[in-house]
Amino acid sequence: MNRIDNKKNVKSTVIALVCILAFWGILLLIENLNLILPNVPKLFTPTSKLFMVLRKVIVYSLIAVSMNLLNGFTGLFSLGHAGFMLLGAYTFAILTTPVSLKVPVDGIFYKYGGSIVNFSLQEAFGSIFGNSGAGGAVSLVLGVLVALIISGLVAALFAYLIGLPVLRLKSDYLAIATLGFAEIIRTIFQCEVIKLPGGGELVLGKLTNGANMIKGFPTLNSFNITNATGQTTLYLSTVVPAIIVTACIVVIVLLINSTYGRSFKAIRDDEIAAEAMGINLAKHKILSFCISAFFAAVGGALYAMFATTYQAKPFTSVLTYEILLIVVTGGIGSVTGSCIGAFLYIACSEWWLRFLDEPMMIGAFQVPLLKDGFRMVVFSIVIMIVVLFFRKGIMGTKELPDLFKKRKVKAKTEGTVTDNAK
Amino acid sequence: MQSMITTLLTGISVGGQYALIAIGYTMVYGILRLINFAHGDVFMVAGMMLIWLAAILPLPVAIPVVIAITILLGFCIERAAYLPLRQAPRMSVMISAIGVSYLLQNVITYLTGGQPMTYPTIPFLAQTVEIFGTKQTMATMITLPAVILLVVALTFLINHTKVGMAMRAVSKDFETSRLMGIKINNVISVTFIIGSALAAVGSVLYFSNYPKIVAVSGALPGLKAFVAAVFGGIGSIPGAVIGAFIIGICENLIKATPYSVFSDAFTFAVLVIVLIFRPTGIFGEKTLDKV
Repeated sequence: MNRIDNKKNVKSTVIALVCILAFWGILLLIENLNLILPNVPKLFTPTSKLFMVLRKVIVYSLIAVSMNLLNGFTGLFSLGHAGFMLLGAYTFAILTTPVSLKVPVDGIFYKYGGSIVNFSLQEAFGSIFGNSGAGGAVSLVLGVLVALIISGLVAALFAYLIGLPVLRLKSDYLAIATLGFAEIIRTIFQCEVIKLPGGGELVLGKLTNGANMIKGFPTLNSFNITNATGQTTLYLSTVVPAIIVTACIVVIVLLINSTYGRSFKAIRDDEIAAEAMGINLAKHKILSFCISAFFAAVGGALYAMFATTYQAKPFTSVLTYEILLIVVTGGIGSVTGSCIGAFLYIACSEWWLRFLDEPMMIGAFQVPLLKDGFRMVVFSIVIMIVVLFFRKGIMGTKELPDLFKKRKVKAKTEGTVTDNAK
Repeated sequence: MQSMITTLLTGISVGGQYALIAIGYTMVYGILRLINFAHGDVFMVAGMMLIWLAAILPLPVAIPVVIAITILLGFCIERAAYLPLRQAPRMSVMISAIGVSYLLQNVITYLTGGQPMTYPTIPFLAQTVEIFGTKQTMATMITLPAVILLVVALTFLINHTKVGMAMRAVSKDFETSRLMGIKINNVISVTFIIGSALAAVGSVLYFSNYPKIVAVSGALPGLKAFVAAVFGGIGSIPGAVIGAFIIGICENLIKATPYSVFSDAFTFAVLVIVLIFRPTGIFGEKTLDKV
């Protein structure tokens, strides 16, 4: 029995790997289609809406999945994701903004006399591997990856500290407390100077640039490979984030399918029963909270790379709500659902429903209602319909493979039952 | 000294305005066990309604009409977004509330084109009165008596009328009160109607201190009023009122210090501290989890 299971596992792993590689390959291909074919449709040119949407979808998928890990798989209704994203984005930007922008006078930190983090990771790597050609690429990728991991760890640390007291709360109280913490984090990052009671000053602006914009850090477009004349020879700005995000999601999926993941689900289904079965509630809750914060922060950092410039202002509770609505549309408790939800959400709001914002004429008849903002009204009505009448979302708790092998799953569960009986 | 008095009076009046919103939160939570995330946005819609109606109607007519429309809005939200989910898990209802909040904000953004709207000056509320040598607007002075009056009326309604008795019964036990012949849906509607009416009154008092309002203007006062409700013990009306006054006064005291940027953060810090050490708030009832 065990051997068959192993074979099956190997087989499904191989299928999954092939699918992922195929996904990366297709993405790479369509992104570079305009380099191979001379006259591609406008849709496939690198500046088209398609790639903008794809990049945003990729980033949002990770954030939605990380929220789903917490809300869908562990049953902890947390609304603090904007805060973790903000932590990730800031840590990433502070660590990677070039030193030339951190100088006291002309840099972006000019208001505070320069930044106190007087180095930048990819430049530090650049001094080892060289700044141009292959060495430059290596130092860029290493710098970005290390910065992403550090930003995740910072958020996880914060999540641990927040989680210690907060995770004792139940359902809606937890939601409100995490929402409150996200707001506190945002206020602190927007604050410029704290006057200490002893008369000293803590100039936070030196670290966070106050409420001002941070820019100049590596963006997704930095991954494109250009030749000496500045012409792009290979577009990688969609593929690289896709690779990072897929790797993160694979880690989350592996976690969900592990013993820890099963404990998370047990806690979601019934806390008291889970405790009775010997699951350490506090430990597992905080673990789930920290991991979710880690990936939310990585997502937040990628979001900063996507947006190229950012400040603390948009990381409000509305952002958390958006992600929550993505998770709900996709199906609470389904990783595939979150990715599909992110795609539909972003594609609709950024692309497919855009026409609702433009005045439209059919003949001499002006279509009523169409003007700026109507898209979001239609969009939120659609979301309300999903929330009210399709509560399970698109996928429910199913994953992509479940759609293909319904019968096999049934047979398998029967098999394990008899196995246990022996 | 004078600035101290001004700070205190402003704090009391802001606290009173939060109290009017907080009652809506606490009553709905007491009966449905639902955090009505849309309540802050209902409050904002009431403000927007007054802007539009004041343009076409004289103010003494416009204000009652605004209150009526807000009541209708609260009633419709309950019927459309919460009633279908009565048997659903609590999380779904909360998500629905978040959805309604998102919808209301987007509708208002659409209708206003995202522009800040100028709030009309209400002559009666804008006139200044002198008290302890400081000049205050009427809106600041009238809030406290208005809140006291409304809360007394509400307490009377809850303790001495049939509807109030039904409300208390439903908040104690949903199923049993249904078996006793109480029409639960009607009681819940009445709760939403009272909450919305108070929010409308609160919005008139609150926004008359601000020159302009936008689609997200309701979010922050809404959250703060919610914190007040939790602070006082969610589900308890006196708790919500006292909590709101404490939050309002403390917030304005902090605004008078060099730490004014942290006045919002302070509110949430209070929330977190209260939730950790006394999750049931000052007046809340302790509930036990049953297996």
